[in-house]
Amino acid sequence: MDELPIQSGDDVVRVRQHVRNAAASSGLSLVDQTKLVTAASELARNTLIHGGGGVARVEMVKSANGRSGVKLHFADEGPGIADVNLALTDGWTSGTGLGLGLSGSRRLVDEFELTSEPGAGTNVTVVKWSR
Amino acid sequence: MDQVPILKIGQTLFVSIQIDLQDESVMQLQEDLSAELVATAASGVIIDITAVEIVDSFIGRMLATIGSISRLFDAETVIVGMRPAVAITLTELGLSLNGVRTALNAEKGLALLNGRT
Repeated sequence: MDELPIQSGDDVVRVRQHVRNAAASSGLSLVDQTKLVTAASELARNTLIHGGGGVARVEMVKSANGRSGVKLHFADEGPGIADVNLALTDGWTSGTGLGLGLSGSRRLVDEFELTSEPGAGTNVTVVKWSR
Repeated sequence: MDQVPILKIGQTLFVSIQIDLQDESVMQLQEDLSAELVATAASGVIIDITAVEIVDSFIGRMLATIGSISRLFDAETVIVGMRPAVAITLTELGLSLNGVRTALNAEKGLALLNGRT
């Protein structure tokens, strides 16, 4: 498992490149690689902008039935999200964005888990499996 | 931070994105392109994203914004060379690039701009 800092725009690019390599090594198709890297980009940006920076963990995993995949974990110690369900709604935005980052990235992956509490930071874990 | 070069060919500004885009680069491109449109009075903008591996919501929104800004300078924007995996991902993400036209490649993009009346 690799841990990468997210403290700048350059770090977001590095996370994307790292996820791209892991996704290719895990045998994900080109479309699935692109989906996972795009989700990683959205989540890493959230960590940077809304969480005030944090870390990304990239892990290659195997499912019980032998499928390979990539698990990503994003953690920050920022202000957290008061209403997680609202934050996951298409079009809801806390700022000037389109409100597609969280809801959109959930559609791009196979597993998505978000835990957050106001004042306690935000943790997002996603998994994409090879077909 | 890497910068994206802007070339002027005839009445068209040509931008080929060859770097791994970070948010600041995209915003810089937006500013550079606006300045260049004013300086050159170009009537069209072609943005080639053949080499772009992902377009997330931020990059997508900025491309759409570039289209809107260009229109204020009486220029039309065409995005060309989108990879199939990028198109599939953008659609699933829920992003529609409203306000910009797309073409399969630079040649078709140019034909689109030249056909403008």
